[in-house]
Amino acid sequence: MSEELQSGIVKKFLYINRRAPHGTNYAQEGLEVALIGAAFDQDVAMAYLDDGVFQLKTGQDTKTIGTKNFSATYRVLGDYDVKRVYVERESLECRGLSEGDLMPLVYEDEDNDWEEKPLIHIVSAEEMQQIIDESDVLINF
Amino acid sequence: MTLEINGQSFETDEEGYLANLSDWSAELAEAMAQQDGCDLTENHWEVVNFLREYYDEYQIAPAVRVLTKAIGKRLGKDKGNSRYLYELFPYGPAKQACKYAGLPKPTGCV
Repeated sequence: MSEELQSGIVKKFLYINRRAPHGTNYAQEGLEVALIGAAFDQDVAMAYLDDGVFQLKTGQDTKTIGTKNFSATYRVLGDYDVKRVYVERESLECRGLSEGDLMPLVYEDEDNDWEEKPLIHIVSAEEMQQIIDESDVLINF
Repeated sequence: MTLEINGQSFETDEEGYLANLSDWSAELAEAMAQQDGCDLTENHWEVVNFLREYYDEYQIAPAVRVLTKAIGKRLGKDKGNSRYLYELFPYGPAKQACKYAGLPKPTGCV
């Protein structure tokens, strides 16, 4: 990867998140790795499907399970210039969730008086397939 | 590793970042800076305190580019640029300021 970084090649990374947030480390690690990639100026997009959609649920509270509530960290995705977060509609629907149950993630347009723009795009399974097809690197968590 | 300050010892990682966020105090920050030959001025504190608030809100220590942008938003463009921040923290603004702020090494720094 270092040679590619030096030569300035930017690849389209898609981080695919399929697991619920707090039972394992996958969700937190996936988020951190994505942020690290974004800090290195790669083109980073996030995809949430299956139980992964729970990662973006509002009102998470980890007090009683004694782990860090890293759900606040999703709100920095925009600061790291991640501007595409895709959530699969079918995964939401079959879990009884809708867009209104998700954290309202935004990025701030620095050149436009810090205007807030939404990050989350709800897409169909078919559209998700296309997004996966168009990515250079897929990383599953 | 441990850090010895005023007869007390504090656990750190191999690069001197505090292992326990709750060990932090302003005196400890001053002492860590002293060891690096750095006197913390009001301008340094502005950044250190900003980082502590950022961590409290987002549970993450920001990478330098993100820090620069966020400082620009909060404190103005004349402070939200790498020249200003590197003058304050020559070892790397995110890395060095996070250390004094008692935070883990920033996400996205290697």
